Amino acid sequence: MKAIVTVTGKDTTGIIAKVCTLLAEEDVNILDISQTVMQQYFTMTMLVDLENSKKSVTELSEALEALGKTMGLVIRTQREDIFDLMYRV
Amino acid sequence: MNNMQDIIATLNMIDKQHLDVRTITMGISLLDCCDESVEKVSEKIYNKITKKAEKLVEVGEQIEKEFGIPIVNKRISVTPISLVAAACKESDYTPIAVALDKAAKKCGVNFIGGFSALVQKGFTQGDINLINSIPSALACTERVCSSVNVASTKAGINMDAVKLMGEVIKKTADLTADSSGFGCAKLVVFANAVEDNPFMAGAFHGVGEGECVINVGVSGPGVVHHALKECKGQPFDVVAETIKKTAFKITRMGQLVAQEASARLGVPFGIVDLSLAPTPAKGDSVARILEEMGLEVCGTHGTTAALALLNDAVKKGGVMASNHVGGLSGAFIPVSEDEGMIAAALQGALHLDKLEAMTCVCSVGLDMIAVPGNTSAATISAIIADEAAIGVVNTKTTAVRIIPAVQKNVGDMLEFGGLLGSAPVMPVHEFSSESFIARGGRIPAPMHSLKN
Repeated sequence: MKAIVTVTGKDTTGIIAKVCTLLAEEDVNILDISQTVMQQYFTMTMLVDLENSKKSVTELSEALEALGKTMGLVIRTQREDIFDLMYRV
Repeated sequence: MNNMQDIIATLNMIDKQHLDVRTITMGISLLDCCDESVEKVSEKIYNKITKKAEKLVEVGEQIEKEFGIPIVNKRISVTPISLVAAACKESDYTPIAVALDKAAKKCGVNFIGGFSALVQKGFTQGDINLINSIPSALACTERVCSSVNVASTKAGINMDAVKLMGEVIKKTADLTADSSGFGCAKLVVFANAVEDNPFMAGAFHGVGEGECVINVGVSGPGVVHHALKECKGQPFDVVAETIKKTAFKITRMGQLVAQEASARLGVPFGIVDLSLAPTPAKGDSVARILEEMGLEVCGTHGTTAALALLNDAVKKGGVMASNHVGGLSGAFIPVSEDEGMIAAALQGALHLDKLEAMTCVCSVGLDMIAVPGNTSAATISAIIADEAAIGVVNTKTTAVRIIPAVQKNVGDMLEFGGLLGSAPVMPVHEFSSESFIARGGRIPAPMHSLKN
């Protein structure tokens, strides 16, 4: 299963490092990353593969959300299907 | 990977524009629960519902978490109880409503619909018993919703039923006066009722449906409103296209949720209802969409045309996004549940007569409207008759969900709270319809040719 991880919030040092470390610890493979900073506002979207993940998508979502809170960020994890269906016929 | 802008746009729709799946509704047939005593029927009904819908709420919450889409309501609709209870010796069906309420609470759903009767052409004894039980059933239950179909394009209008329903609404308002007439908020009078509607209070599981089915209702007035802000001053062709595209995205999400829920529950997928259902929250209003099209206040001249465009574009956009579309499909205009409608009514811009005109071109009908407490049963019946005539002649579903505000008058407010919101008491015509309603009988079905 693939999921989209979205990270938004005020830019600080080490956001990508911390998110990627958590994903690596859970054996979640990152397939693609896209990131931008607009007026100090950090936005990152990642496509991740949960095939070998130790956690279910719901558990991973909770873990990332908790990590986000410690850095003042909003991190959301959603199954990829929703975005595919909404924007492709 | 998906375009980053699309991903962020979706998140904004959910976070800022109130995009949600309004309801996952499980339809359950209760035809096999018939028995000779109300007590036995109640027991069978409770057991069947709690078994079939055991996992409904749990699965809904799982899907919500995995996809990050809010699913506001999980609900149940059942076979019209007038059919299920027809063989009972007793004439009071209230205990069955109590069993439905208990089952709803056990399953964790917030509403259960189907305390219903279909009497467009005539009454069976079971229909009469059910209709007479409605006031007490709605007064002593919390989550049970009731509906009665009094007219259809094929059968015409059952004016005896129309008369009876005016009285039932008055009685229900009196019995639930302590809770602002909440009983009436759970009671709908239909013309051309549909069998697969997932929305309350009018949902029931029609006899043409299967054993058990999952229907989904989507919503997103806020998303449409936001999209229209981008095309200020542009011609209506652009407006219609923008609504269609937005409706496609919203419906696509509903289709995904419906398929997932159906697969996880092992229950066939029925339909997606392509709807714009407002809530009292700011930014989730159908009235504000109409105003965005250029009307100073919803209810002024031009409102019907704006609503016609909106309703049609929502269907056109949604229909391609789902493999089975049904239910009521269109824009809803419940006054108490729409922040913009409430504001328009308070300003005196939106009247009952304009709302009636609006129901000719949109999804349902006169919905969640508070009228003065001293409105007579005959006047309420006459309002129902007018609305039924619109449905019957135009081959569409119409409905009346009206709340007589006991001991209140024009200018007062009725507070329901939650999704049902608050309703300003609106004036009705003061001239009598008493002799008109007293006639009874049936208004014949209309011609289907020579249309003009």
